[in-house]
Amino acid sequence: MTVQAHELSKDYEYGFHDVDISVFRTEKGLSPEVVAAISDHKSEPAWMLKFRLKAYEHYVKRPMPTWGADLSGIDFDDIYYYVKPAGEQSRSWDDVPESIKNTFDRLGIPEAERKFLAGVSAQYDSEVVYHNIREDLEKLGVIFCDCDTGLRDHPEIFRKYFGTVIPPNDNKFAALNSAVWSGGSFVYVPAGVKVEVPLQAYFRINSDNMGQFERTLIIAEEGSSVHYIEGCTAPNYSSDSLHSAVVELIAHKGAKIRYTTIQNWSDNVYNLVTKRAIAHENATVEWVDGNLGSKVTMKYPAIYLMGEGAHGEVLSAAFAGPGQHQDAGAKCIHVAAHTTSNIVSRSISKGTGRTSYRGHIKVYPKAHDVRINVRCDALLLDEESQSDTYPYMDVNSPDVTVGHEASVSKVGEDQIFYLTSRGIDEQEATALIVNGFFEPFVKELPMEYAVELNRLLALSMEGSVG
Amino acid sequence: MTDHQALAADLVVDGLSVAVDGKEILRGVDLTVPAGEVHALMGPNGSGKSTLAYTLSGHPKYAVTGGTATFGGDDLLALPADARARLGLFLCFQYPTAIPGVTTVNFMRAALRAQGKEMPAREFIRRLNEEMAALRIDESFRARYINDGFSGGEKKRAEILQMAMLRPRLSILDETDSGLDVDALRTVANGVTRLAGPDMSVLVITHYPRILEYLKPDRVHILNQGRVILSGGPELATQIEREGYEPIIGPVAAEAGASRTSLTGVVAEAQA
Repeated sequence: MTVQAHELSKDYEYGFHDVDISVFRTEKGLSPEVVAAISDHKSEPAWMLKFRLKAYEHYVKRPMPTWGADLSGIDFDDIYYYVKPAGEQSRSWDDVPESIKNTFDRLGIPEAERKFLAGVSAQYDSEVVYHNIREDLEKLGVIFCDCDTGLRDHPEIFRKYFGTVIPPNDNKFAALNSAVWSGGSFVYVPAGVKVEVPLQAYFRINSDNMGQFERTLIIAEEGSSVHYIEGCTAPNYSSDSLHSAVVELIAHKGAKIRYTTIQNWSDNVYNLVTKRAIAHENATVEWVDGNLGSKVTMKYPAIYLMGEGAHGEVLSAAFAGPGQHQDAGAKCIHVAAHTTSNIVSRSISKGTGRTSYRGHIKVYPKAHDVRINVRCDALLLDEESQSDTYPYMDVNSPDVTVGHEASVSKVGEDQIFYLTSRGIDEQEATALIVNGFFEPFVKELPMEYAVELNRLLALSMEGSVG
Repeated sequence: MTDHQALAADLVVDGLSVAVDGKEILRGVDLTVPAGEVHALMGPNGSGKSTLAYTLSGHPKYAVTGGTATFGGDDLLALPADARARLGLFLCFQYPTAIPGVTTVNFMRAALRAQGKEMPAREFIRRLNEEMAALRIDESFRARYINDGFSGGEKKRAEILQMAMLRPRLSILDETDSGLDVDALRTVANGVTRLAGPDMSVLVITHYPRILEYLKPDRVHILNQGRVILSGGPELATQIEREGYEPIIGPVAAEAGASRTSLTGVVAEAQA
């Protein structure tokens, strides 16, 4: 897909926001009392309160990470850890409050739903306000709901898997999320069920100083398959915001999970996400991960290849505009034999923007016949922009094939001239080159996401030349 | 089509001087290509032929130090490259640039849109298919990234395809014949002659007279050391084919182009 000239000229701005209509929020800052208040407000079972409080202890004990991006700008005491929007959860579009609808209209949600969505769950602040599952999915036994509903309505499955892939003590931000999590999606696909249409969640931050800590848990039973998509846009705010999600995937024997994300937080958001998947025997897990916007992103989707024949893919694209740092990458841990992984990373830096690729490959001694392919390419748009690569490999098995390729390039004068000599103006020419660079990523996206990503890129390109 | 108004316009270059990285390459070029005519610009290596092509097309690296260039009365030199293209100028590149990730189809649509020549999707695809068939370009090229991994011949054909789709009012062919075998040359030349006429003038830049057998120029100009030193009818090209540049420009300056010119003669013989 390419950027359309007439779209470039349109006043297309995601920096709008609605009047705050929240009905319940905890006070700013975090304490055991706040954690308990969240759990109490949600009427959670005792085990979850215990889980949260334990996680809170881990969070307090863990130091801030000293590697990666600069996180010194986060003021943890100036954040609301829980905000619940108006009313009860809606199931039909008619029940959705008008101001929320306005926001969704601008994001094209109803349109997308009409077309082919299996279910839309749009996270508004910390709570899902609109959630619709198509009936035939329910008949197949597929569960697709927000995580709070998952805990309430499907306690056995939920408890069996929740926190097993990413335990609360995994890292400081996973601990924080575990203490205050709210919303996110819960997906369960029974054995043998192939979900043909992507399951989509659309959410955004809409409250000043709003920390968003959603939690997603996806379980694909033996021989099943599912594609889950989330995308988000955020309005611009003056003070910093924190977004720290946890996503856990479990692909059982022969199952396939694809998880597609496009994130476009406003440029004051710290986006610190822990994403991890377990792939059992002959299972496939694919992370398709696009990061635009935010002030700082730290995100390294991981796949633990636990069963023989498991396959993992991490396909990521990052765009860092002026003042932004996208510290993203991938992690593939080969525990079993005959496992394969493929990592493709593309990043673009503009102005003072900085992209970092941080990769971790580990192969356990007993994992023989392992194949790994890593390819990361960076494109710099101007002199100030920066890109760096931190590939880390820890291979303890002799029978491993590793391919690693990396490149850094600049937008060439000759490319620009070639396109402008066909009548295309310089700004659109740059956008075309940039879109082309992201093409390996974009072609993996459903159409409307591809269009939106290209629009967002075009917006990011404005004023980048001349 | 009786009341069809011819689209081509006069190209008038007057005293054009151009420097690249501070070095003067063109030193007062005078050249007029009247609307609808086909002109050839010949000359040995290093005479400034490609510099003229790039300068007229608006490459930012080429600094105009004197003179003027107008197209249909519009001052070309005051416009950026994209505006010149929208006026109807088309440069057929000697070395077309690859744009990875941008398919031929998307590239063509972006260019047509930019030039205000957008057409309905169905008509676009029909025309694209027709032009590709005429140029013997395989269908798979629609989805291939423009010039990315194309062979030399495929690139040249893709250039002519763009010309056919964009319908420029003046095409400048920068050594389009270089690196083409006889069959490819004929296909490419036919692609140009099909479009040349009242709606499109052509300035064909070449070392070799061979392509001119197909394009049949109205006028031939010889460029040497940054100046047009001789202009004449098509017989000038025939003379160069026979005698080389030396009789016109002297022995030293002709050296670079001479050996290749004789090779062209061999190919022409084989053709006959």
